[in-house]
Amino acid sequence: MTTKALVEIKDLNFSYDERAILKGINMTMPRGKVIGIMGGSGCGKTTLLRLIGGTVTPSSGYVKVDNQIVHELGRNKLFSLRRKMSMLFQFGALFTDLSVFDNVAFQMREHTDLPESVIRDLVFMKLHSVGLRGAHNLMPAELSGGMARRVALARSIALDPMLVMYDEPFAGLDPISLSIIGNLIRRLTEALGMTSILVTHDVHESLKIVDYVYFISEGVIAAHGTPSEVRESVSPFVHQFIHSEVDGPVPFHYPAEKYATDLNLENRFA
Amino acid sequence: MPRRIVLGIRSVGHRVIDSVWRLGYAARFFSLILLKSGTSIRRFGLIIRELYFTGVLTMIIILVSGLFVGMVLGLQGYETLQKYGAETAVGTLVALSLVRELGPVVAALLFASRAGSAITAEIGLMKATEQLEAMGMMAVDPIARIVAPRFWAGVISMPLLAAMFSAMGIFGGYLVAVVLIGVDEGSFWSQMQSAVDFRFDIVNGIIKTCVFGVAITAIAVFEGYDAQPTAEGVSGATTRTVVTSALVILGLDFVLTSFMFRGVG
Amino acid sequence: MQRATMDLWVGLFVIAGIGALLILALKVGNLGTYSEEKSYTLVGSFENIGGLKIRAPVKSAGVVVGRVMDIQFSTKTFDAAVTMNIDDRYQFPKDTFASILTSGLLGEQYVGLAAGGDEGMLKSGDKIMKTNSALVLEDMIGQFLFDKASEDDGDDSSKF
Repeated sequence: MTTKALVEIKDLNFSYDERAILKGINMTMPRGKVIGIMGGSGCGKTTLLRLIGGTVTPSSGYVKVDNQIVHELGRNKLFSLRRKMSMLFQFGALFTDLSVFDNVAFQMREHTDLPESVIRDLVFMKLHSVGLRGAHNLMPAELSGGMARRVALARSIALDPMLVMYDEPFAGLDPISLSIIGNLIRRLTEALGMTSILVTHDVHESLKIVDYVYFISEGVIAAHGTPSEVRESVSPFVHQFIHSEVDGPVPFHYPAEKYATDLNLENRFA
Repeated sequence: MPRRIVLGIRSVGHRVIDSVWRLGYAARFFSLILLKSGTSIRRFGLIIRELYFTGVLTMIIILVSGLFVGMVLGLQGYETLQKYGAETAVGTLVALSLVRELGPVVAALLFASRAGSAITAEIGLMKATEQLEAMGMMAVDPIARIVAPRFWAGVISMPLLAAMFSAMGIFGGYLVAVVLIGVDEGSFWSQMQSAVDFRFDIVNGIIKTCVFGVAITAIAVFEGYDAQPTAEGVSGATTRTVVTSALVILGLDFVLTSFMFRGVG
Repeated sequence: MQRATMDLWVGLFVIAGIGALLILALKVGNLGTYSEEKSYTLVGSFENIGGLKIRAPVKSAGVVVGRVMDIQFSTKTFDAAVTMNIDDRYQFPKDTFASILTSGLLGEQYVGLAAGGDEGMLKSGDKIMKTNSALVLEDMIGQFLFDKASEDDGDDSSKF
């Protein structure tokens, strides 16, 4: 009996150097949906992606992808699983010594025995779907940030994976590119029938395209729900996040001495 | 006062333990490279590409330096030898110095500075821009695909470059001694040929360069792979490659020389 | 296009490297005049080998005819047994003299073979019967002083 969830995270704990980064995380991500994971910087969102991809091992609890517990897989099994997963890194992480075409073709050449003519067609189709077919001869250094991100997107769907993870796909983009990427994520997920996990702190763009969202704060899930549920949430953390409030559960001031003490006010007018 | 001393000793102890740990980590990394070299051999094109960047691009500096070192040896050698009326031995002097010591060592130092640092910087930058991790996520082992080809390219390039260095050096010595100064050409070559023994001098020199090649390239790829993924991290790693390589070359040179040239002359 | 030029350069690089190695081996070293095959062994006993080393040349009439292969101390006769590899092309008569000579004033020592008149030739493994040891500087000085002293005294010396 296959569960509908593609990714299942249960009682996940992860610590780094005795610092607990994730505590008791429970998540279920159904197939074919766009799931968002949001939170402040450094709250462990990227670590979560790495745990799903098997790059790091949890301290306790487990992550199941397609009914397999990721950290218990042997090397070969892990590699087979990874062939069905993809990750879009924050700044694209394109291979700088290969052209755009070769970047997208990389996985096809490494993992399949397809003849070059077939690969050529496939690469052009993938590039066309992100609108960059004409740029196939350029080198990554010649691309703008938005274009690089799109090529990386084309690369990540090269082998039609069942799961794609996006690490801050909206970071540092201009409004047009923002919209394009968001649009592409939504459309490709539906067209290819895959599952997308979106890690970001761009509230505006992501709430437009996700089906479900989790909020992480201080290593635990602060809130979760559909976009409309979350917008109406009364949880102070979620409220602050969604409405971009300057101060709230995430404080404005970094912990410090009393202001008067730092300015030496007590002794000045003694 | 005592507290500072205690802290000082503690930090020294820390450093030593860290270095030992790092050495063990490096050794494990090295064995991983060897284990995963299958891909490099099956897809030799990968090694050829790296041979271009490691070997061909270092050729110029090797040839030019070799020429100048040989010319200086010829010049200085002649100056001193002619005082004893032994100027025809200048060929022997140049050839033996180059083939036994200067060729392997200087070529290795140049190789470490140019090719070694380039390898470290390249791998370090790939790490900093998450390219290595991306490759891992695509189920392509970065050690097999990126690190191993560079390692074998360095190992193959080093002896070839050192041989070119020595050959150019001898040519430089010939230019200065025979062509410029006027030492007898016949005696130049014949004395050299009788003094330089193939098995003893040349083969030993080649063994040295092979050992150096392995050491330098191993250090270069390790520092790159282990670099902190930041700008300072990569630049620190590059510096460490050059410095560590230089020390290791000179140390190994002493060890190898004492083994090889015991009881000669 | 890019791939083809790269391959070309790498090919040239490897050729240049191997060429350099060959130059070093053939022109600079003595590989060309070095052949280990087709040689036979001769042994000679010397009272004192002086500074003779393994791999020193064996010359006759100034031409290199072989190499010293091994030097051992014999506890039976308390002298040095020197084993030499002689090129097959050169045969020596049974009464050949083997002496340890010095090339030049301060040069390295080598074994010099002076052929005698015997009709029979030395075969592989044969022992050279007539040998001259190396000249030891102290003995020479001692001899010189002794000769000088006896000359002054008018005495006859009977020592070697």
